[in-house]
Parts: sequence; C-alpha cells; structure tokens
Amino acid sequence: MAGEIYKKPISFALLATVTVLVGSIVTMAYPMLRPDFHPRLEGLRPFTALQLAGRDVYQREGCMGCHTQTVRPLRSEVVRYGDYSKAGEFYYDRPFLWGSKRTGPDLAREGGKRPDGWHLKHYADPRSVTPRSNMPRYAFLAEAKLDPEEVASHMRALHLPHGPEEIAALAQRTEMDALVSYTQWLGHAVQRRQPAAGAVDLAAANPLGDSPHAVARGNQVFLDNCTACHGDEGHGVPDVAPNLLDDVFLGVKGDVPDGAYFALISGGSDAKAAIGRKGLESGGMQAYGGQIPNDDIWAVISWIRAQQAHERKEPPLMEKAEHPPGASPGRTP
Amino acid sequence: MGEYRYDHRTVQGFILSAIFWGVVGILVGLLISIQMWAPAANLTPWLAFGRLRPVHTNGLAFGLGVGAIFGLSYWVVMRLARRPLVFPRLARVQLWLFNLGIAAAAVSLLAGKTQSLEYAELEWPLDVAIVVLWVMFAVNVFATIVKRREEQMYVSLWYVIATVIAVAVLYLVNNASIPAGWWKSYHAYAGVNSANVEWWYGHNAVGFVFTTPILAFFYYFLPKATGLPIFSHRLSIVSFWSLVFAYLWTGAHHLIYTPLPDWLQTLAIIFTIFLIAPSWGSVVNGYYTVGADWSKMRSQYLTKFFVLGITFYGLQTVQGPTQALRTVSQLIHYTDWVPGHVHMGTMGWVTMIVTASMYYVVPRIWGTEIYSERIANLHFWLVLVGQLLFSITMWITGIQQGALWKVTNADGSLKYSFMDGLVKNYPYWHTRTLAGIIFAAGMLLFVYNVLKTIQKGKALEASQRPAPAPAAA
Repeated sequence: MAGEIYKKPISFALLATVTVLVGSIVTMAYPMLRPDFHPRLEGLRPFTALQLAGRDVYQREGCMGCHTQTVRPLRSEVVRYGDYSKAGEFYYDRPFLWGSKRTGPDLAREGGKRPDGWHLKHYADPRSVTPRSNMPRYAFLAEAKLDPEEVASHMRALHLPHGPEEIAALAQRTEMDALVSYTQWLGHAVQRRQPAAGAVDLAAANPLGDSPHAVARGNQVFLDNCTACHGDEGHGVPDVAPNLLDDVFLGVKGDVPDGAYFALISGGSDAKAAIGRKGLESGGMQAYGGQIPNDDIWAVISWIRAQQAHERKEPPLMEKAEHPPGASPGRTP
Repeated sequence: MGEYRYDHRTVQGFILSAIFWGVVGILVGLLISIQMWAPAANLTPWLAFGRLRPVHTNGLAFGLGVGAIFGLSYWVVMRLARRPLVFPRLARVQLWLFNLGIAAAAVSLLAGKTQSLEYAELEWPLDVAIVVLWVMFAVNVFATIVKRREEQMYVSLWYVIATVIAVAVLYLVNNASIPAGWWKSYHAYAGVNSANVEWWYGHNAVGFVFTTPILAFFYYFLPKATGLPIFSHRLSIVSFWSLVFAYLWTGAHHLIYTPLPDWLQTLAIIFTIFLIAPSWGSVVNGYYTVGADWSKMRSQYLTKFFVLGITFYGLQTVQGPTQALRTVSQLIHYTDWVPGHVHMGTMGWVTMIVTASMYYVVPRIWGTEIYSERIANLHFWLVLVGQLLFSITMWITGIQQGALWKVTNADGSLKYSFMDGLVKNYPYWHTRTLAGIIFAAGMLLFVYNVLKTIQKGKALEASQRPAPAPAAA
C-alpha cells in the first residue's frame, strides 16, 4: 500500500468508504434483491387492527428484551416449542421481533397453545400461574383503552387491510385484549406438529393403573405442570380451564377411557377431533407430548382417577367444609 | 495552552457529559440486574425491565460511548493535526445538542417510544437529531484533518475517519423507517430482511462505536502515557485495513439457526473467524509496545489500564468468533452467556481505555496532575474484579441454561421445563448484581477523581491569575 494515502485525507476517506461498502453490499444490500428475502407462507394472515395494536404494545413494553420469536431447527427446541421458524412467517413483521435473549421462553409458537383466559391471568400477574417467574406484572394494560384513530393510522402506514367497523370496535377494547389477540396470532401460519396422539389407542387402559407410586408421581407432575390452569386439586379455574373431576369431558357428559385422556394431554386441543368431542371453541389445552415423559402423562392420569374416586366418595357438602371458600390452599412452587 | 483553550473546554464538556450519562447508565444497569431476580422491583410501567433495558444500553452506548468518542476524538484530532478545531463554535453547539438529545432519548425510551431494533431503539425524530449531531462531528473532524499542520496522518486518525464514515452508513440504512405519527414508526424492511439489516447494523455498531474509536484512543494514549512508541507501524496498517474490511461481513452471526438463508450465516461465520487476525494485530502491537519496558506497569499508573484493556479486547475477539460457530452458538445463544460476553467488552475493554484516556486528558487541560493515583489504582482493581465476577458468572449460568434446555429423557421427551432452567439462574443473577455494585463503586471513584482534578486545576488557575493591578494613585 502506497504510503502516500496517509497524507491525503480525502483519498483516504474515499478508500475507507469503499472498504466498508464491499461487505455491506454483499451481505446487506444484495440479499434485499433476492426473492428468498421476501417469502410469504400460504396460510399467513396479515395483522388485524386489534393484533397490530397488540404488537405495538409488545414493542412498547420491550417484550423482545426477554422473549425470542424464532424456533431454531434443533431437536430439543422443536420438541419444546413446536416446528422451527420459516422465513415466510415474517412477511408482515416490521420490524422482525426475533429477539436475542430468552430470559423467558420463545413465543414463536405461542398462538393457540393456551386459552385466552390463561394469558389474561398471566399478563395481569405472571406469578399467579407460574409461581417462580420473574416477569413483571402487566395488569395496567387491562385499564388502558385503545385509541381507534391511532391504530387506524398505524394500519394505514403499513397498508394493512382494515374496515371502518373493525376500527370502531376497537373503542371497546383494551391494550390487554390487543396483546392477547397478538399472542394468539403468533405462529398460526405453520401447522402444529401432530404429536404422538394418533398412535395412541383411545380405548387403551392406563398401564400404570392405580398404583400408589404412580398416583404420588402423578400428583407431583400435576403440581408442576397443570395447576396453573386446572387448579391445585383439578377443580378447574373459571374462564381458564375445566374441572377434571366431574363427569363432563370436553363439554360432553360421560367419561372416556384413559387412552382418550392420554391423547388429549399428549396432543393438546388438536386431539379433540380424534376423540370426537368438540369441547370449548376457545379451549386451548397445550400439547405435553415430548414436554414430559409419556410415563409422567400416564401417572397424571392415575392421579386424576384417584382424585375422581375421592370426589365421588365425598359428598359435596363435606368437600365444602374441607375447603371453605376464601381459604386458598398453600402451594409449593 | 492558550490557543487551544476554547476547544479544550468543549473536550472537557464532552468528557463530563459522557461521565454523567455513564453513571446514569450504570445505575439503571444495577436496577435491571435486580429486576432479574426481584420482579417486585418493576416499580411502574415506566420503570419496568422491558423499558429500562434500552435505557441502560443506549445510555452507555450513546451517552458514555459516543460522548467519549466526541470529546476524546476532538482531543486526538487537534493534537495530531497540530491545530485547534476549525469550527469551535459548532463543536460547542454539538455539545449542547448532544446532552439534550440523550436526555430526550432517555425520556422517550421510558415512555415506551421504541423501534424495537437493538442499539437502534430511538424513534425517528431522535434519529434525525443523531444524524445532525454526527454531521456536525464529521464536519469538524474532516475540516480539522484537512487543514492540519502535520503532513502524516497517524493511525488514530485512520480509525477516527473510519468511525465517522461507517457509523454514518450504518445508521442511515438501518434507521430507514415508515413513520406512523410523531413517535411511532415501522422498519422499512420486513421479516428476514429486517433481521439482516438490523444485525448488519447491530454488529457494526459494536465494531464502530466500541472498537475502532477505542482503538484510536489506544494507539494515541498508550504511547503518550508510557512514552513508548508503537511497536510496529506496518502491523497497524495491516490490522486497520483488514479490520474495517472484514467487520461489515459478520452481522449474520447474530442470526445463526434463524430463518436467514444458510449461505449468509456461513459467510458471516467465516469472516468472523477471520476477524481474530486483525483484532490480535492490535493486541500484539499493544503488548510489544509495552514490552519495550514492562516496568511501566509499575511506574506509570495508566499503563495497566491500557494493558488490561487490550487484553480483554483480545479475549473478546476470540470468544466472539468462537460463539459464531454453529456448535457453540446452539448451546449458548439466547442464554446469559451473551450478556457475559458483551460486558467483558464494555466493562473490560471500552471503559478501561476510555477512563484511562480521560485520566490522561483532564489534568492536561488544567496543566496539573491527577488528584490521586491511589484512588485511580483502587478504581482499577474494583472495575477489574467487578467485570470478571460479572462475566464469569454469566458464562457459567449461560452454559447451564443452554444445557438444561437440551437435556432429554430416554423416551425423547424434555427433562426440564423452561421454569426448571430459569430458577437455577437466580443465584447467579444475585451474584451479577453484586458484581455490578463492585464495578459501579469503582466507576464512582473514577468520577470523584476526575472532579477533584478539575477542582484542583481551577484552584491552580485562580492562584496563577495575575492579581488585579492596583489602581493608579
């Protein structure tokens, strides 16, 4: 390199500019021209006005500081969250919200995994559903009404389709509604992976039966995974998840064999069709297949059966005396 | 001193501003480190983790980092050009605009006005202000260099010029957005493209805010403080050009295993590995420079700041490329390892060099000595211990987190729920807060030392001022 360049600041600056532009053009500018940088999945729906408002809230509160929105093509990750992220899912994402840190779990496949009621409860007070969570409370969102005009201007800026009724209806909604709606939008364009549900014989009996060991293990698994929605003892939580101990299963009176329980726990709400009962339209049981061992799922069923037997033996009045309203049972995290 | 006086006040103004925003940024950092393990510390919506985190990163990158870049670059440029700034009043206006801008930036972030792009969170009105600031800086830097009284441009000037150019290109491209009101905008790029542009920007913001200007100060202040000439001019030439060439190819290493096309990820990984060479060119140059007389480590209190600083730069630039490898990335990406990595660079490399450079500059503005070398030494050790405790703790917990996420049972199901992994972080997060307190204590000693030095300088100046002439009888 000619030493002269270090005496000529203008030439030097030009050379430095060219030097930094080479890599920028190859890795940043050129890819923009490629079609694989603007793919769009067939089933991808643009944001509704409510969902965009929710996304704005997500951005404003800095949710991407702790949550990612991209599932990596790694086996453990696909089991935990769902299918790995596809480029075509992010066509409407301005900006992308993939994040860079998972203080909390990834949210790319969160949509449809849990019922709205769970999210409302969780956003208002995360520790009411996950006791040792470190997430801040967002109860104030439920007090904040949306401004339809503002949301409409955002929809216009992004050229997203929207109608006057849709905008007018926003006046009745809160930022919390919007955030939940956006959360349920996440990942909708990719078919949820069918867990092992199909392979299960719906009429199968529980291989663990009612062994005390299985019941004890099932109780532990239930406390770790299920109480957030179904309550400490399986009595359910209003507007979140149904009672497991009564004689109604997926909205229909009459019990089903253990195999159907297994299919539902393993496959989540997606297994409803196979079981042949519709349940609640808004129901969002998440799939536990792969999240916990199959034996643990059977153990939970052992425990549920034991609880059901206990319930049948105890007259409702006695149950009430045992758990007077207001005395919330202590829960170990 | 006379002819530079006015400019020196501007340099000092930038240094004091940088220190002020640095203290704010560090205190916010302490608060959010507490919020990681005590959610009740999320006092109000404005003071919740999600909004405070960008206040911490922007406060330190733009407040401390860019403030120091403005002030120290002006000092270096004036000295190497052997002349005062061409537009001293412009620099003065720039100083005020800078402080107004950072204050407005902090308030806007607390209010939740954000583009949600890391290191480019600020909404578009503030982006415009930052572009104006940068143009002011560029005009003064280039004019002063063009009208210099020293024929040869020293290495530090190369790095300053590269910084001015690269930051301008990066900032303009990534902040292009679709405005949707005064305080809301949407990225001009969508999805995969948005991610690629952002991390091209994000990684090079690290490169051209936390690396090239700091190297400019290292190459200038190390020889000045120690009296030892830079070991190899040729090595600095090779390092410079290969660094500024290769840096721009590497952004996609932040997007390993995302839907970004594989070829871009691989290209970024290759260039990232290559970057070890130019980075270590400067490390080796630094070591051999001090190697001419290691006794300086004992006799000149600033030497250890520079040597430890360049050491952490060296470690950082090996650890970073390692993380870019797919095998490593899949384990540690998205975990606390990454903040551990970032803080080695910022706490270990950037603040070591910046504070040492300020220790060098401030007494010279006043023609005096540092207030207390003892306090400076104590500051050094606290900052060193705080940073090591922080980084090492986060590396350990990051590996643990990444591993727990991957463990499966014999039937292929996951062994640990997400919460199982999270609760195991708590003890480490407590330790991180402790590390932050130690680091902050060191930085507060630095601030005290600088303020005391200025006070001493002012007293000295007052005593030297000629007594008012007695009225003629």
